[in-house]
Amino acid sequence: MTAKPSRSSVKKRNEATLKTLRGFGREVYGQILKKQFPYTTIPSRSTSNIQYDEKLRQYVLGERSSRRTSRNIRHIRPFTQLIWTADFAKDLKTSGKTSTLRDVYYSAQAFDINFRDQQESDNIINDLETVLATAREDLNIFPEERSEIFGDLTIEYTVPGYEGRRINLTMHPDGVAIGPALTTAELIETTADKVIVIEKGAMFTRFIEEQAYRKFNAILIHTAGQPPRATRHLVQRLNTELGLPVYVFCDGDPWGMGIAITIICGSANAAHLKELTTQDARWMGLYSTDIQKYKLPSEKLQNVDIKRLLDMQKDPRCAGEPWSGQIEHFLKYRVKCELEAFSRYGLDYVVKKYLPEKMQELA
Amino acid sequence: MSETFMEMSPADFFYRNRDLAGFNNPSRAVYAALRELVENSLDACELYRIPPNIFLRVSRENNDSTIEESNETYRIRIMDNGSGIPPEYVPSAFGQILFGSKYTLRQVRGTFGLGGKMAILYGQITTHGYATIMTSTGVATLKELALGADVDQNRKMLIVRLNLEAMELRGVDKAVLQRDVKLDGCSVQVNEKTIFLKPEDEADLKKLGDRLDDIPVTVGINEFEISIDIQQNKPRVRRDVVKPNPNRWRGTIVEFTLDGDYVKAMPRVLEYLQQTAMLNPYAEITFIDPRGRLYRFERVTKAMPPPPKETLPHPYGCDVETVQRMIANTNCTSLTTFMTTNFHRVGEKTAKAFLAEVGLIKIRNSKNPNGKGKDDVVGEKSPKRLTPEEIVRMVQTMKSFKGFLPPDSSCLSPVGEKLLEAGIKKELNPEFLAVSQRGASAYSGYPFIVEVAIAYGGGVPSSTGISLYRFANRIPLLYDEASDISRIVLNEQVNWRNYKVSADMPVVVVVHICSTKIPYKTVGKEFIADRPEVAREIKNGVSSVARKLAMFLTKKISVEHEKRRVDVFSRYLPKIAQFSADLAGEPEKSDSDYVEMVKPLLRSLIKYDREA
Repeated sequence: MTAKPSRSSVKKRNEATLKTLRGFGREVYGQILKKQFPYTTIPSRSTSNIQYDEKLRQYVLGERSSRRTSRNIRHIRPFTQLIWTADFAKDLKTSGKTSTLRDVYYSAQAFDINFRDQQESDNIINDLETVLATAREDLNIFPEERSEIFGDLTIEYTVPGYEGRRINLTMHPDGVAIGPALTTAELIETTADKVIVIEKGAMFTRFIEEQAYRKFNAILIHTAGQPPRATRHLVQRLNTELGLPVYVFCDGDPWGMGIAITIICGSANAAHLKELTTQDARWMGLYSTDIQKYKLPSEKLQNVDIKRLLDMQKDPRCAGEPWSGQIEHFLKYRVKCELEAFSRYGLDYVVKKYLPEKMQELA
Repeated sequence: MSETFMEMSPADFFYRNRDLAGFNNPSRAVYAALRELVENSLDACELYRIPPNIFLRVSRENNDSTIEESNETYRIRIMDNGSGIPPEYVPSAFGQILFGSKYTLRQVRGTFGLGGKMAILYGQITTHGYATIMTSTGVATLKELALGADVDQNRKMLIVRLNLEAMELRGVDKAVLQRDVKLDGCSVQVNEKTIFLKPEDEADLKKLGDRLDDIPVTVGINEFEISIDIQQNKPRVRRDVVKPNPNRWRGTIVEFTLDGDYVKAMPRVLEYLQQTAMLNPYAEITFIDPRGRLYRFERVTKAMPPPPKETLPHPYGCDVETVQRMIANTNCTSLTTFMTTNFHRVGEKTAKAFLAEVGLIKIRNSKNPNGKGKDDVVGEKSPKRLTPEEIVRMVQTMKSFKGFLPPDSSCLSPVGEKLLEAGIKKELNPEFLAVSQRGASAYSGYPFIVEVAIAYGGGVPSSTGISLYRFANRIPLLYDEASDISRIVLNEQVNWRNYKVSADMPVVVVVHICSTKIPYKTVGKEFIADRPEVAREIKNGVSSVARKLAMFLTKKISVEHEKRRVDVFSRYLPKIAQFSADLAGEPEKSDSDYVEMVKPLLRSLIKYDREA
């Protein structure tokens, strides 16, 4: 197997982000020098302004935007927080450090612009992402949640203290956390030819134990439920920079479907951001039809599940196949099934039987 | 068995019914006594437009014990610089109930004429003491001290025959006359019984007699010790001396003892004095309490309202007894002149129309239909010849006749907006004050004027609800507030929310009603009856000052709001400057530089003048 060269550009990206931040600072500072109340334009993130872009196959923000001006008593505090957060991010970027959402919330207190609660601070970060059209991970601000990656992938750290150090992601059998260091690492080379994204930790561990990554020659990613944005971004990079096809393997219920859709088409929450979606990724189950096909142990759909399915029927992301057919199937049979259900057929059933068959089906 | 019938003297009556005059209990007695004395003193000064100086002292008679008992004997002393009382009236003025100068239709503070005497009476019955009165009018005119004056044509001089009795009573002797009697262009010679005045210019001789009124002679200070013979309602004079008065002191001092409860009365006494000072800013009041603490209410102006004038009764307010007395005393021979000379605002035309309405006279159709020219009157007669039935009919018609003019308020003496403002400022120093004097109005034939003020903030005490200071003819009313018409108007007829006033604000409303007859609800004279005419005036007055307060509050709220706004901006704008400068990669500046940088922005936010 030959290692694939990376097309990564972490450094370039960093420079572009810093430029954007500095530009924002110049804009605001310039307004003050001109004796104007500084303001900025924020594209509206309200649901009515979130549209589905057929071409991009993801949610995007519409034309509507609002002006946040320091002339308005209700805006001045969030405006100050916005500019502070930008300045904070600039300091993080220039010093090569990272921070968590929680950390941002506490750091503000040192500047006497306390956030009322975590929610307020998270909202300001969302605002900043929108204004700068830059994901918070690029601003070196990460959520607490972590998911893992495992597989034959060599990366090179760019974080201070580790610059230039390379590791192979098979080095730890529990997988490697997708944290700030990994997110900002250059992707150097891999022998794998695909990426399998797995919803459940138990299944992820099973894949490593069964050496399924070898059998399928795959890099494994564990999302731990809804994938964090850093993970989605990493999946996207694996797909575009290394040219690896991506398969998503989730529970056989509407929520599992949701995870697959988020990885493929993104979420409405991140409509202001690009580069979090992997259009080419394939959903490899569990399909509703698989429950019958493989006679998997199932549970009845709950009311919330049905409501979610009905909502998904209206979701433009679920317009095509296999989504619409599977939704209908779910609604018809009214059962769901977790990944762990494969345990019924022994530990290696899923690796030896289900996945090969599914791959073939999708190919 | 036979019932015993006996006559009761007025003094006896009030002795038995002392709660009528406000002396219900030991603490009310102290309060009422002090109040009556202060009011007498104020009246004595105001009638002669003398800015009052009142010195009041209450001291404990029994100084042995250090703890003030709830009921003990106090010595009360009050001194004023008022007109003073001519000595011949002193025994009656202080020792005879229902004798005095207050039984006319004039706006005065008391109306029973009991006040001071009731205090003395109460002191007498509780401590069996005598009251000491020291008084002097300061000066008397030469005319008052003379029996008469004759022009002696031969000697070209005026011979003034002196009233030796009066001179003795007033403490005037030959030496005083020699010193005091001076007239420009006139030589004076004082003998034992006469004074010779010889003008240099003979032509002045005729006018000289008229000038006797202009010559002031220092009179002595008369000192009396008086008690009241309750059964006879007669003064008992124990001591009566006259002392020299080299400094021409004028005024009255009253001193006596009474049993009472000052400790309990104290809050009311102080409240009373403060409110009195508020409505009488031209008075200087000094008070020393039983513990020797000094309270001083300073004079802030010498301007005084014009003194009230006596007035005739308005027909609307008269009863049969009053009219009968008038008829008994009148010299008029015709009903028309009787009406015009005995009643307030009744002219010939009104009188005739009224008498015709009663049916006492008939008016022949005037030759001139537009009312000009003399009417022919038939049936005119002397009022003395009216039958009792006719008098009753006349009084009844007085209440229903529509042709009388409303009473004229010129006899009233309101405090005036300026003085009211000065007084309230002096005592409360409020943040905002509005005063309003309503026009004259009348109820039942009695004219009245309502004056209203509203004060906010500053020294105005905070209390739950709106505080109310009530005054009637410049007397503070401290008791029975809940039943008073002003309180009823404030609570029930004024929507304070419209005026942006909430219950927790430090707001006080001052209502002063002056009238020739205050419509008190009860004899206790502590609250005013619910007369619709009075209520309307109070409501309109309160509304007009409350509107001004609302405007002030609106602006105050705006100013505060703006201040809060600007505070927010001045907190955040320098930070924005600092963060954006850093973000833009500008070199670091000091905090004050950033503050300076946003100053033009902050200035543009300020709309209101901060001083306002």
